[in-house]
Amino acid sequence: MRMRTRTAAGAAGTLALLILTGCGAADMTRQASPYAAARGTKTVTLSVQSWVGAQANVAVAKYLLEHELGYRVDTVQVDEVPAWDALSQGRVDALLEDWGHPEQEQRYVAGKKTIARGGDLGVTGHIGWFVPTYFAKAHPDVTDWKNLNKYADELRTAESGGKGQLLDGSPSYVTNDKALVENLGLDYKVVFAGSEAAQITQIKQFAKERKPFLTYWYKPQWLFEKVPMTEVKLPAYKEGCDADPEKVACAYPHTPLQKFLNADFARDGGKAAAFLKNFRWTTEAQNEVALMIAEQKLTPEAAAGKWVAANEPTWRKWMP
Amino acid sequence: MTAAVTAPARPRTPVAARRYWPVAAALVLAALGLLLAGRGSWPAALSVDLSGPLGSASDWIVDNRDSHPLFLYFFGHVSNAVVLSVRGVYLVLLAAGWAGVTAAAGLVAWRLAGVRLAVTAVAAFAVCGLLGMWVPTMQTLALMVVAVAASVALGAVLGLAAGLSDRTYRALRPVLDTMQVLPAFAYLLPVVLVFGIGVPAAVLATVVYAAPPMARLTALGLRSADPGVLEAAASLGATGRQRLLTARIPLARKELLLGVNQSIMMALSMAVIASVIGAGGLGDRVYQALASVDVGAALAAGIPIVLLAVVLDRTATGARSRGGSGRAWTGCAAAVVAAALTGRLTGGLTWPEAWHVDIAEPVNRAVDWMTAHLYSGVPLIGGTADWAAHFTGWVLDPVRDGLQALPWWALLMAVGALALVVGTWRTALTAVGAMAAIGVLGVWDASLDTLSQVLAAVAVTLVLGFGIAVGAARSTRLERLLRPVLDVFQTMPQFVYLIPVVALFGVGRAPAVAAAVVYALPAVVRITTQGLRGVDPVALESARSLGATGWQQLRQVQFPLARPALLLAVNQAVVLVLAVVIIGGLVGGGALGYDVVFGLAQGDLATGLVAGAAIVCLGLMLDRVTQPTAEKEA
Repeated sequence: MRMRTRTAAGAAGTLALLILTGCGAADMTRQASPYAAARGTKTVTLSVQSWVGAQANVAVAKYLLEHELGYRVDTVQVDEVPAWDALSQGRVDALLEDWGHPEQEQRYVAGKKTIARGGDLGVTGHIGWFVPTYFAKAHPDVTDWKNLNKYADELRTAESGGKGQLLDGSPSYVTNDKALVENLGLDYKVVFAGSEAAQITQIKQFAKERKPFLTYWYKPQWLFEKVPMTEVKLPAYKEGCDADPEKVACAYPHTPLQKFLNADFARDGGKAAAFLKNFRWTTEAQNEVALMIAEQKLTPEAAAGKWVAANEPTWRKWMP
Repeated sequence: MTAAVTAPARPRTPVAARRYWPVAAALVLAALGLLLAGRGSWPAALSVDLSGPLGSASDWIVDNRDSHPLFLYFFGHVSNAVVLSVRGVYLVLLAAGWAGVTAAAGLVAWRLAGVRLAVTAVAAFAVCGLLGMWVPTMQTLALMVVAVAASVALGAVLGLAAGLSDRTYRALRPVLDTMQVLPAFAYLLPVVLVFGIGVPAAVLATVVYAAPPMARLTALGLRSADPGVLEAAASLGATGRQRLLTARIPLARKELLLGVNQSIMMALSMAVIASVIGAGGLGDRVYQALASVDVGAALAAGIPIVLLAVVLDRTATGARSRGGSGRAWTGCAAAVVAAALTGRLTGGLTWPEAWHVDIAEPVNRAVDWMTAHLYSGVPLIGGTADWAAHFTGWVLDPVRDGLQALPWWALLMAVGALALVVGTWRTALTAVGAMAAIGVLGVWDASLDTLSQVLAAVAVTLVLGFGIAVGAARSTRLERLLRPVLDVFQTMPQFVYLIPVVALFGVGRAPAVAAAVVYALPAVVRITTQGLRGVDPVALESARSLGATGWQQLRQVQFPLARPALLLAVNQAVVLVLAVVIIGGLVGGGALGYDVVFGLAQGDLATGLVAGAAIVCLGLMLDRVTQPTAEKEA
């Protein structure tokens, strides 16, 4: 009896395995989201990164795709580096704002050819170290990195121990700060706030009490309108000076932000792909939408709608 | 049988004295260590850097995912099967429309658990729609259906094997026991390594997390079947299979259904946390909202999760006591189809947008008001942010710095001594081994940071929990008032607790600790109350007749007699607190939880996996140190 059950179970298992594998190889590079195209419509899946600028890009692209081109747009919250992997696997169709990931570019665009370039976003990004302008005015020499150690005492907090605090934000952002502090011989400790929201809360609190602080921050960013900040000059950026992440001792570059598309989508994506390749706006336009989302607390959709209504000549040019 | 009766008569004092000497020794050694060695971090020579091999393993997987046979013929199919089934369920849910789904929920609840729950279920789904969360709710539900089905099937198979074969049982039990105490967060990384971020990884992590309770309870049910009934079945000439199908499985029905219930609750909890690895749905909304400290939006997504949890839990509990006839079910199905068709003909399939209620804005306004008025500078008591700052400065920092300053060997000895006092030499060995493994992994300082948060949260939980429990054990009315509150709090997924604490305490370690306290409190209160109530009334009466005051009764009679329950409460507190402190990495808790998030965000799986392994070790250590198994094993 038991013997027969076992044989039967074995046979069933083998059969199941055969059914599974019998239909041939499964392609791990065509892994659409199960929630995409739910109602039989043409669907585009866009990846959204956590910062508001990226949300602004996606909001406007989504609004136009839905209202002008008749697509249904799914958005997936995913950070930049995993977004590359998701793009390559076909889980998302586009990444609209990439801050420069040469390693991933080498692997997926040049190597595996599963991701295609989508052209410039039109916005130039720059990462740097910033102090509040009220502090820079009182102590003009703080804006040179060579003098930072002089102010380490003033910038000490509970989290930074005996050193000055360099405030960093989300774990997902491009940063060389730990290496920079080390290689420039600075008496500072990098403190990660854990998320951009936490970092912004912290900065606003400092600004309210007009306390000095030193933070990792980036442009374009809407917070500059609320808390004016002045950049601290780091040793000048030269091509390739950040090649070895351990030995970086120079400033961050000015990066023309890039769009990337899934290779299959770029080829067969029809109007949506053509539109996303044409999508190209300015730092001011992005800031305008971002400020509506972050400060006026509009939903991304409402903010995009407002911008689209006021800027028809700009987006007309993007239509395929 | 006789052993159990005579056991309490065993003289206790010498045993206790023998068992407490390790603590004294450890304390002396720790003090010595503090004096001799200044900084006591784990020596670099004894640690192994795994980031190289783990990094290259991750690279290899990415490079070979679309060409290696292992992926083409196995993982690829698994992934596709998951995507297909989730998609299938999702499409069915969408096709049924909101009318159909709500009707189905109401009717199923009615058949399984009565009219009151049916009303609750309908109301719950209506609220999901009102909050504008219909589509995310359906996405989470679709993922849940697939994950629960898979974990119940997997759990039942494992449980069957363990229930029928002693050897399998002995092999599986420690594994399942351990899986039960590990924080959900630790399960995320390994699946991401293989499947990448997305729904397949989320479903598989959920299955791995939710299957163990089903397996445990199935095995338990089968093993505890009444031997008399089995004997009778055998004497009637039933074959092994007939005995299984007609006697053992029906006899285990209660445990099986409890297993399904537990699997559902764990799956919901995990499906929400798995939003960190791309599960989508409600959890994703909470996650996004927490990342931008948008409490209103987080609450709008959090309420449906709570409602879903309450409805699913009550329905599954109701199913244990009732069944249903075939005809009634056919009637229900017809009613659902009718409702779906009416919905389809009269309006849209998704919840009409005109019926949305935006709660995010008023909630955010309330939070802003709170931030402006209660946050800081309240006279006398200070604001919530001040409390958070003081708690961080006066409790968390000293505990963390103290732990990190302690020499590593002293800490290992303290862990071993504590485990020896509470448990057996075997649990002590496991605890010390787990702690040492953390050092070897090279995340000693981060782990101690997490540990300091756990210790602080457990201390607060125990003080509050014991206090409330003493009150509840004294007053029946208080207990009756507390019961529904505890019920609801115990069914809520861990993720939800992060929302209110961010509103109150901002971002950092303090809110992580606060969330952990709130999450662990119900279990502690419940177990302690039961323990205190279970104290022999004769003992209490005699104490009272000797003139003992209420406090003396409590300290000298109730607490000592309820010792096993108190130890269990401590154990539960530790396990539950750890689970939430880790998730606290999402709201600035730092340490190991942050490392996992960092690993996921930067695609740096090496960092994430090492942190995940350290979380496993920490969970193992904390469980073993507080596990009161000495009496049971002996």
